[in-house]
Amino acid sequence: MSISLLALFLALGSFGAGLLGALTGLGGGLVVVPMMTLLFHIDLRYAIGASLVSVIATSSGAAAAYVREGFTNVRVGIFLEVATTVGALSGAALAGFIPTSALAVLFGLVLLYTAYRSLRAPEEHPTDLPSDPLALRLRLNSTYPTAAGIRAYSVQGVKKGFALMFVAGVLSALLGIGSGIVKVLAMDHTMKLPFKVSTTTSNFMIGVTAAASAGVYLHRGYIEPALAFPVMLGVLAGALLGARILAGAKTLWLRRIFTTVVVVLALEMLYKGLRGGL
Amino acid sequence: MRDRRDEQIELVIGRLLQWGVLAAAIVVVIGGLLLLAQYGHLPANFRQFNSEDAALRSVGGIIRAARSGDSRAIVQLGLVLLIATPAARVALTLGAFIIQRDRLYMLTTTIVLALLLYGLIWGRA
Repeated sequence: MSISLLALFLALGSFGAGLLGALTGLGGGLVVVPMMTLLFHIDLRYAIGASLVSVIATSSGAAAAYVREGFTNVRVGIFLEVATTVGALSGAALAGFIPTSALAVLFGLVLLYTAYRSLRAPEEHPTDLPSDPLALRLRLNSTYPTAAGIRAYSVQGVKKGFALMFVAGVLSALLGIGSGIVKVLAMDHTMKLPFKVSTTTSNFMIGVTAAASAGVYLHRGYIEPALAFPVMLGVLAGALLGARILAGAKTLWLRRIFTTVVVVLALEMLYKGLRGGL
Repeated sequence: MRDRRDEQIELVIGRLLQWGVLAAAIVVVIGGLLLLAQYGHLPANFRQFNSEDAALRSVGGIIRAARSGDSRAIVQLGLVLLIATPAARVALTLGAFIIQRDRLYMLTTTIVLALLLYGLIWGRA
């Protein structure tokens, strides 16, 4: 296959990944790496480099739209970014020592977990419990707009959330993904932020986390221009289109399709990883 | 905790980021088209990892090579611009906390910015 033809296929595949990722809220980065390695037999390191770049494009490109909704909690974001960036730099340092077969297995497990979470409805939880004293000291508690007007919420489990964010940063660097699922888990499940606040603040953090390890990978030569350019442009175009049509889309069946794709890729990654074929 | 000024600042930052991504994408498109014109016919072989040329692995090297019109370096330049957009976001957020005289978050934001720049400029982890 020529470089031009590969670029065309990568751009089309990345466009689909970005579109489905935006429509389902699971992010496109998750399927870019399996697509590149399983379908096009590209080395995992190049795939991770290209994927991280596309994750940054999606996060920064969508920033204004998220801010306009008025849900992002900037203090929570910045505070947790200390954990995710330290995690990302640690993950990038580790990446050189972990065999690619082990990374493939880890990737498969993360994909399976994502599929499992995506089929469960987000749990409702009270947001007016007494605040974690640490959240008061760090002034993390805030307000968000609801149909019934502005509502205040308080933040729980600050330390555990911070620790989970470190893990999210490590995974982001090791696998070239945004780790949005772990970030939302930390903020929604552990810190008990309202769901909308978790998802928008997660988008705020994903770009920063990915940029920390992308810088390191650029110096290590993981970012190959001939691969990164179609992937970045494809995912970005898909994600922007997805955000536009999101309002009218029937997301339930899309979610099912995307989840099926994720499970198939997960099993394939596990198989290749365990057999050592990647 | 959250006032209208916070929101205004964030909105401006969000807009700037979108412009940053647009600028990066334009540079990547130009470099990408040149790259395809130059190397597009060659067989693609990315099964084996060969680290990029040293010139394409540092910000300084990329800028130098892009100036001389190297298509691969122009793509990399666009990607560096893109990687810099989250850093710009954090830097602008730092500015917002300075205006608000919020010392705790000036410190926190400075730590995040330092970690990001460390990765991008020195590239060691």
